Amino acid sequence: MITFKNLEKKFGKFHVLKNISLKVQPGKITAIVGPNGSGKTTIIKSILGLVKPDSGDILIDDKSILDKYLYRKNIGYMPQSASFPENLTVQEVIKMIADLRNDIIDIESSLIEILNLIPEMNKQIKNLSGGNKQKLSAYIALIFNPLIIILDEPTAGLDPVASSNLKQRILEERTKGKTIILTSHIMSEIEELADNILFLIDGRIVFDGEVKDLIESSGEQKLEKAIANMMTENANGTYN
Amino acid sequence: MELITKIIKFELSNTFRSKWIIVYSAFFLLLTFLLFNFEEDTNKAALSLMNIVLIVIPLVSLIFGTMYVYNSLDYIQMVLCQPINRKSLFVGLYLGNSIPIASGFLFGTLLGTILSGYSFIDNKSILILIVIGFALTFIFTAIAFWIAIKFSDKARGLGVSIIIWLMLSVVYDGLVLFLIYYFREYPIENIVLGVSLLNPIDLARIFFILDFNVSALMGYTGALFNKFFGSSLGTILSIAMMFLWFVVPILLGLKSFYKKDF
Repeated sequence: MITFKNLEKKFGKFHVLKNISLKVQPGKITAIVGPNGSGKTTIIKSILGLVKPDSGDILIDDKSILDKYLYRKNIGYMPQSASFPENLTVQEVIKMIADLRNDIIDIESSLIEILNLIPEMNKQIKNLSGGNKQKLSAYIALIFNPLIIILDEPTAGLDPVASSNLKQRILEERTKGKTIILTSHIMSEIEELADNILFLIDGRIVFDGEVKDLIESSGEQKLEKAIANMMTENANGTYN
Repeated sequence: MELITKIIKFELSNTFRSKWIIVYSAFFLLLTFLLFNFEEDTNKAALSLMNIVLIVIPLVSLIFGTMYVYNSLDYIQMVLCQPINRKSLFVGLYLGNSIPIASGFLFGTLLGTILSGYSFIDNKSILILIVIGFALTFIFTAIAFWIAIKFSDKARGLGVSIIIWLMLSVVYDGLVLFLIYYFREYPIENIVLGVSLLNPIDLARIFFILDFNVSALMGYTGALFNKFFGSSLGTILSIAMMFLWFVVPILLGLKSFYKKDF
């Protein structure tokens, strides 16, 4: 379980996270949604230690992770846009990460296959298309069998086959009891994948609960409409 | 330590395939070859080579180092998501970037010298030149890393790098000359000596010139420099200053890297 306790973060004048307290459940897929600049990526980066909070604490299984790094062995992360050393081949990058993690790659051809990465293995990163870089990034996030999987816009830039296969794979990981966090701007995707939803506006949590509760409480049929309503209400200052 | 070695290994395999390093090495190869072939006096050729080294190495190390950090921010992020501490990553990236630049220079200069039919073992000035080239590469790459990590804005970081290069390689000498000229009536040799200690490029130049024994041509100041830098105190002090120029930016860079939000 990942726990946030009164987390605060400012970037210069911008107050990006305002007193964030939350719990992310294992065995569930939690989606973080919110308008651009609402603090979604900052929350993810705080878990990864990429962003250092000004105050508050983050705990994984009741242990604080601030200023620690070994806990990341249990995390697989797929960023919004991935970047690898330009002159290395796909295979070399995979080996590099395995080496850095001190991990042995469990030769899981199914993951390479479902992402259709086999033809790309000997290509240099600079010759890879954006979509294929994303596939490599998804591969790296999942291959080490981490307990926590964090996916920032996982299907953006992927072709429909890879996207559908990846979603299938994410659902399989959930059944294994993994803690999964994802962000997406595609509401249908969130409806399809997520159990819980964390809705952020302007660095504050405005909803933290199950997806179906959010839809029910809004009186709408679709998540997209429910989210849109909530954003409008919030903009008008009527949402509590 | 094991992690640092791993990071260096991957950085090297990436950077050595970069065209820039090949161009950089070829530049020194051609330059050394031409200078030693067209100039009969080896010492004069080495002196010309040194003048170019003093300008080119700080500039290339600064630009290459700064651009490297800015272009690798996403990659650094990706590596930082692995169970790796920031200190190891910083040291690994720094060495993985400065070693190829230094090797490019070493390879080009050595090959150029050998192709010209000179033995660099017999020629002390070339060895000193190589040591100086190495020192300047490591110092200015450290400064570049610190700047690029400190300033999030790429244009500002590059601007600061270029200003530092201009200050240390051009403006500083102008200021020293101005100082000598303006206060020529006063005994300011010791002050000039102290001021020279503060600039790594000046220090490198002094090391090299003293080896040629041309300092006698520089009059009283030259004699004083010779006396100071030739003494053990002078040698220790100047090596310590060079070392500080290397350690301080590394520590500042490490501090900024540790605190930085990616």
